[in-house]
Amino acid sequence: MAFPEPKPRAPELPRKLLKTLDCGQRAVRAVRFNVDGNYCLTCGSDKTLKLWSPLRGTLLRTYSGHGYEVLDAAGSFDNSSLCSGGGDKAVVLWDVASGQVVRKFRGHAGKVNTVQFNEEATVILSGSIDSTIRCWDCRSRRPEPIQTLDEAKDGISSVKVSDHEVLAGSVDGRVRRYDLRMGQLFSDYVGSPITCTCFSRDGQCTLVSSLDSTLRLLDKDTGELLGEYTGHKNQEYKLDCCLSERDTHVVSCSEDGKVFFWDLVEGALALALPVGPSVVQSLAYHPTEPCLLTAMGGSIQCWREETYKAEDGTG
Amino acid sequence: MAALGRGSDEDLVSYGTGLELLEEGERPKKPIPLQDQTVRDEKGRYKRFHGAFSGGFSAGYFNTVGSKEGWTPSSFVSSRQNRADKSVFGPEDFMDEEDLSEFGIAPKAIVTTDDFASKTKDRIREKARQLAAATAPIPGATLLDDLITPAKLSVGFELLRKMGWKEGQGIGPRVKRRPRRQKSDPGVKIYGCALPPGGSEGSEDEDDDYLPENVTFAPKDVTPVDFTPKDNVHGLAYKGLDPHQALFGTSREHVSLFSGGPEGANNLLGDVGVNKGRKLGISGQAFGVGALEEEDDDIYATETLSKYDTILKDEEPGDGLYGWTAPRQYKNQKESEKELRYVGKILDGFSLASKPLSSKKIYPPPELPRDYRPVHYFRPVVAANSENSHVLQVLSESAGKPTHDPGTQCRHQLNASKRGELLGETPIQGAPTSVLEFLSEKDKERLKEMKQATDLKAAQLKARSLAQNASSSRPQPSSPDVGHCSWHVALSGGTAPVRASNFKPFAKDPEKQKRYEEFLVNVKQGQKDALECCLDPSMTEWERRRERDEFSQAALLYVSSHSTLSSRFTHAKMEDDSEQVEVPRDQENDVSDKQSAVKMKLFGKLTRDTFEWHPDKLLCKRFNVPDPYPSSTLVGLPRVKRDKYSVFNFLTVPETASSPATQASSEKVPQHRGPDKSRKPSRWDTSKQEKKEDSISEFLSLARSKVGPPKQESSPLINKEEEHTMESVSNEVNKGVDSQTEGEGSRPSMDLFKAIFASSSDEKSSSSEDEQGDSEDDQEGTREADFKGSQEADMVETSSVAQDARQKLEAPLKEKHKKNKEKHKTKKEHRRKKEKKKKHRKHKHKGKQKNKKSEKSSSSESTNSSDSQSDEEGAADLSPQELLRRLKRLPLRRQ
Repeated sequence: MAFPEPKPRAPELPRKLLKTLDCGQRAVRAVRFNVDGNYCLTCGSDKTLKLWSPLRGTLLRTYSGHGYEVLDAAGSFDNSSLCSGGGDKAVVLWDVASGQVVRKFRGHAGKVNTVQFNEEATVILSGSIDSTIRCWDCRSRRPEPIQTLDEAKDGISSVKVSDHEVLAGSVDGRVRRYDLRMGQLFSDYVGSPITCTCFSRDGQCTLVSSLDSTLRLLDKDTGELLGEYTGHKNQEYKLDCCLSERDTHVVSCSEDGKVFFWDLVEGALALALPVGPSVVQSLAYHPTEPCLLTAMGGSIQCWREETYKAEDGTG
Repeated sequence: MAALGRGSDEDLVSYGTGLELLEEGERPKKPIPLQDQTVRDEKGRYKRFHGAFSGGFSAGYFNTVGSKEGWTPSSFVSSRQNRADKSVFGPEDFMDEEDLSEFGIAPKAIVTTDDFASKTKDRIREKARQLAAATAPIPGATLLDDLITPAKLSVGFELLRKMGWKEGQGIGPRVKRRPRRQKSDPGVKIYGCALPPGGSEGSEDEDDDYLPENVTFAPKDVTPVDFTPKDNVHGLAYKGLDPHQALFGTSREHVSLFSGGPEGANNLLGDVGVNKGRKLGISGQAFGVGALEEEDDDIYATETLSKYDTILKDEEPGDGLYGWTAPRQYKNQKESEKELRYVGKILDGFSLASKPLSSKKIYPPPELPRDYRPVHYFRPVVAANSENSHVLQVLSESAGKPTHDPGTQCRHQLNASKRGELLGETPIQGAPTSVLEFLSEKDKERLKEMKQATDLKAAQLKARSLAQNASSSRPQPSSPDVGHCSWHVALSGGTAPVRASNFKPFAKDPEKQKRYEEFLVNVKQGQKDALECCLDPSMTEWERRRERDEFSQAALLYVSSHSTLSSRFTHAKMEDDSEQVEVPRDQENDVSDKQSAVKMKLFGKLTRDTFEWHPDKLLCKRFNVPDPYPSSTLVGLPRVKRDKYSVFNFLTVPETASSPATQASSEKVPQHRGPDKSRKPSRWDTSKQEKKEDSISEFLSLARSKVGPPKQESSPLINKEEEHTMESVSNEVNKGVDSQTEGEGSRPSMDLFKAIFASSSDEKSSSSEDEQGDSEDDQEGTREADFKGSQEADMVETSSVAQDARQKLEAPLKEKHKKNKEKHKTKKEHRRKKEKKKKHRKHKHKGKQKNKKSEKSSSSESTNSSDSQSDEEGAADLSPQELLRRLKRLPLRRQ
């Protein structure tokens, strides 16, 4: 069997600054795309959550109801609801259209670092610095979580959900993957506090960033190291990382005001995109297009590939 | 109705008030619903039925002062113009207008004054007075008031008096001769209905011979016919405990709580109205009441305390009616006997008793002796004994009666079992009733002595004044002997040791328990050196001493009580959990080995822990995933109970995996791994295009190399692997030690290894064997070169053990983790094998062989290392392929 010539077309990276939005909600703690990438959410430290159309640069709605800064947010698959978690230890389920709080889940003992819907938006998983992940039921009215995953020894910094798995990175230096289908917990030791984890889009790998300024690509099934990406600076902040829309590149924030792009396979630095002078706090990658959102200070930036031409209509 | 009764209106009888006729077009009014039927006062305010049924009223604003706005002080009125207009306020000034109305508490309406009011006394007031009289310090103090009636008579009385009427007389013209009633004459008209035969006719029935002719008599006083309607549900003529009935009824019995109903009952304290001389419902005089008599008394009057005697005394003779009616002396004395007669049909075969039933004889209470003092004191019980006979004597003298002989105890001194014994019952087995019964005879004796001693002390205090010699007889109080040999005494006496056989104070330590039992047997046989001979001779002096103490303590403690007590106490059904805690069954291993693995970038099995994890059923449902453990109710990680203070819970075991891992790396086969050495650098450092080509060619060559040579290499070792199962470890260790020197001897040059393992081995070695530095590296290289790597692993391990004594200590602890790991490992390997197909098989085999070898030689620790080794190998093999696969996939997916 002959190996086919690998000819990856040079993937386009979002290098062109398309827009800068001043969110007007003090520091932007996180920026997140919605499920189809047409809208984005910004979590502000002024207790608000804002919904934007990033390509047009319009503010669609402001969701206020948190008691403290909002640290993470996520949209449901059908764009009907949002969830967010913040420093008020609460996880809030929002109705997108009305902007009302649908549910407020209380139970975490510390601020909620990360929230995520499951695939069908029936469960909200929230990771908190109280070292638990709580699975909140959106369907029933019960106030306590369905299950509390308290295996972590330190705060949870990142939670990602696939159709049957929960991937959680903890400050105790472990990435835990709860496989509901197999009924097993895989705990991979990385050593340094984990700041962000994510699945690759093919679901085979996990990308793990940790406070030793290193991103690691691990094989999901075996936990083996597939790649290691360094060059950026991440020693203090909980910075986001992600994979590009086709898993070709690894993208990570950096504390030196840049966004780093590495080639996934080779691990070589492909691009260090200068965003600004301060820390790039958060980023989000468009699910299907080379479009990147970064958050720095109180504003977010929208980046597109060089060849991108602004269309009328949706971005 | 109008239509119907057109012609015959007069025939109809109509009740009530008819409804108002509706006017034309008017709609019939709806009845007011019940909740709207409110009561308002004349000003339209809601009337509050404030205790309405007990005559209450509400005052102020919702029973508070003032108005809705609260209390408002009266506005200041200047005294200049209207000077001191209302200086004195009466109660009326603070009352509501309702109170002053007709039904208020202070009605301001025209009422008859006392002079013209009916003589009917205010009953409530009357009763209150009576009550006050009854409860007054001097009962009957108000009697005077009753006797001395105020000279305030009603107008009617005064008028009558002026007309010559006297009290007690009837009204009407005086009659010449009082009409006589003769019982024998049936023609004589009797007033009213016939009285029962022998019924008392009171004073008027007397046979007075003295009847002067020229004397006219006033007519008899007449009692008006009582037309009181029956408005109760009692039976006809039923009267409850009616004072009238009680006082003047047929039985003529005073309701007396104290004496047995003496004759001539009358109530000194009774209300005056009662004492009117009516003997029966129908009085013998006439119908009607006299002018002096008041209206009918309330026959349903409530009971008052005054109806009862308050003092123990015989009633005064006479009726005490004091002149209001006829003197009592004329009363028929035989009345009481006559009254008790059965009126009615007598059944056949029955006859009336000729004699009344003799009443119960009542015996007077015993006469108390003159010097009786109603205080009880307890006398100590002293068992007769030779020792304390003096005391007994003294006591008996002091008490004035002999104390009981202990042999013939009085029945109060017997307990249940003793009584049972006396009665010939068989004692209940296994259910002793008293703790004292569990004591051995000896103990009982001792207790008894103790008791006597204390009793004696008490007795002495008492008897000292009476008997001086008591103190001399006091026995020595034997203090409980808790000395070293007391157990011996306790055990050897009585039945104790036999019971101890089923008691295991040292059940946790079977050896010790065995020794303890032996000791008990010895004791039972009366051996003096029971302890010494059953102790473990191998123990140290200190241990023996301790055990000796323990045994004797246990024997003392448990022997006497355990088996008997066991019949009363059951063992706990649930195990006492206080010593146990729930901990997750599987715990993430210690991080130290993982850290080193991370340092070496040996991700994979070394850094991974896999646990059984039970998701909540609902969570599975929400995720649309079948429950992986449908039959389990567990949620989360399975937990087990462990000793609370087990080291396993708290110690994080630093594992010595780093050094084996180092060796594991050494198993990389240089020959066919040759191309690998450049893999990493090329991946990370070289330019894109080159790299890609490089990697592909790399993969190709790798693949090729794997298919070829390793087969032959590994073949001799495969056999070994198969037969490896259980070989003596020691041999292998020896071999390892031997081969250490060998390995060092045949070490290739340093550069070669550096060239080959530049990237990884440095780091690996650095983790635990830094001190050895480069030389260690060399060693590794050597190991890799020849196939005795595993043996060398042992060697290194031993050396590392020598360096670090700690590892040795903790080695056993690790094994637990190892087991887990191994389990996972095998599973994983299996899976992985499938994934990676045949390509790596031979290679792996080889690795395995080495693993096994090392396993044999270095027990558990090297297992880890071999794992890591194979893992690493796998990773090394895998990752390029995986990457390639992904590389291939990525463009495909894009298109």
